[in-house]
Amino acid sequence: MREKILKVLDKNGRVTPEDLAVMLDLDVETVIKEIKAMEEERIICGYPTLINWDKTECERVTALIEVKVTPQRGLGFDKIAERIYKFDQVQSVSLISGSFDLCVMIEGRNMREVSSFVSEKLAPLESVLSTSTNFILKKYKEHGLELTDEGNKDERMLITP
Amino acid sequence: MRNPLSEKVVCIEPSGIRKFFDIVSEMKDAISLGVGEPDFDTPWHVREEGIYSLEKGCTFYTSNAGLKELRIEIAKYLNRRCNVSYDYNKEIMVTVGGSEAIDLALRAMLDPGDEVLIPMPSFVSYLPCVTLADGVPVVIELKEEDEFKLTRQELLDSITEKTKVLILPFPNNPTGAIMTRGDLADIVDVIIEKDLFVITDEIYSELTYNGEHVTIASFPGMKERCVLINGFSKSYAMTGWRLGYAAAPALILQQMLKIHQFAIMSAPTTSQYAAVEALRNGDKDVEEMREAYNQRRRFLIKALRDMGLEVFEPFGAFYVFPSIKQFGMTSDEFAEKLLEEEKVAVVPGTAFGACGEGFLRISYAYSVEDLKKALEKIEKFVNRHKKQ
Repeated sequence: MREKILKVLDKNGRVTPEDLAVMLDLDVETVIKEIKAMEEERIICGYPTLINWDKTECERVTALIEVKVTPQRGLGFDKIAERIYKFDQVQSVSLISGSFDLCVMIEGRNMREVSSFVSEKLAPLESVLSTSTNFILKKYKEHGLELTDEGNKDERMLITP
Repeated sequence: MRNPLSEKVVCIEPSGIRKFFDIVSEMKDAISLGVGEPDFDTPWHVREEGIYSLEKGCTFYTSNAGLKELRIEIAKYLNRRCNVSYDYNKEIMVTVGGSEAIDLALRAMLDPGDEVLIPMPSFVSYLPCVTLADGVPVVIELKEEDEFKLTRQELLDSITEKTKVLILPFPNNPTGAIMTRGDLADIVDVIIEKDLFVITDEIYSELTYNGEHVTIASFPGMKERCVLINGFSKSYAMTGWRLGYAAAPALILQQMLKIHQFAIMSAPTTSQYAAVEALRNGDKDVEEMREAYNQRRRFLIKALRDMGLEVFEPFGAFYVFPSIKQFGMTSDEFAEKLLEEEKVAVVPGTAFGACGEGFLRISYAYSVEDLKKALEKIEKFVNRHKKQ
């Protein structure tokens, strides 16, 4: 049941418990209880909105930074990851297999803001061995959703047998 | 000048849906719940395979019966999902949509005067195709109290000495009705005893919501009496690719193939390559779409019932078929008024046979958001016209 609820919410966080209950053939109380439980268990961690900032007036720059670090004895990568993800500018941090360790997404108002964060905050950290900054030029798809203008139109004829 | 036209063709009435389409298409801002095809795009990996086949230069005819790889995959699919085994070499052919297969099956089996039983309401093609094949259509009017299933008694009552073929259109467009294993078991012995053949149109087979779809061809003694029709339009959201297939005993299929060979040559090659990919790697897509339809189905039924409309619960396809008898309007009047006053398009039940009078076909091949918008308007309309 949880999986079904999550699959719907994953696509649309605004579905009400009432609608969810009808769509999944459950009763409303159960749905409300389950969602609350999953929020408390941090299975559901939030309900952000997917925004295509490129279409707004807001200036925003996003960079993907490949970070190599030295893991700490007894703590592995978690401690250094925490040091990094606590910064507000950091949008996401993941531990990666392959040629580097942490994949860090940074957001700033302009390139200067991002690069100064990297040079002043990130690179000087003791366990950080190296960073490689990749600025994102254009986003095409995020969270399974296409950010283009096409694809949303209903091309079907209005009435068909 | 002589009359250039065939009387047989002229006498066929144009589809009722066509008439309504003409009215709707003049309204630019109408919201439609009248569509008979999926809202999903064909899964990308399937489209991509079609594109790749074009890049490779696979732009020639295939064999008349269709690509061998595709027929092999169809045979595997029918075995895996429907529990019937067909020889890909002699018992399966690929057609231009399920519609072509309906036409071929009728033309291959009918002699002038042979009667064909057509349960209605149902898809618009059966009746004219029977007429064009010189058969005599005999309508079986299905009833709401039976959830629009074909009952043993109705079948028995319609059989005459001339009856040769029964068309079995389940899961059904427009009612959403299905025939369960038990429902089919009830009619199988009648079919065998009366020596009938069955054209079983299972184009909506993957859109069944209360357990597995069962084909009548899987009953003992039935495979040799059945032409099983299915396709890619509904299950894989591939309507525009125009691809379906028929599976039948070689005796029948080889004659269908002969007509196809002279009339069509072969189904579109690009579509056939894409379909191979759909059958090989598309199970997950089908499952996801089915789940989405099922959620909308529940949503729509609940909303319509909350408005006070009578709706039996349909377990197949992507249609609900509510009764509007309480409003004292015909289906056509209701649909036209709804369009005029609220700009919502639904299809009058009569487009699928006279016995669809008093019902509407509402499609849920739309997102829940779209359904909500339309339902708000339908609710307004219903409240305004409800008899006190």
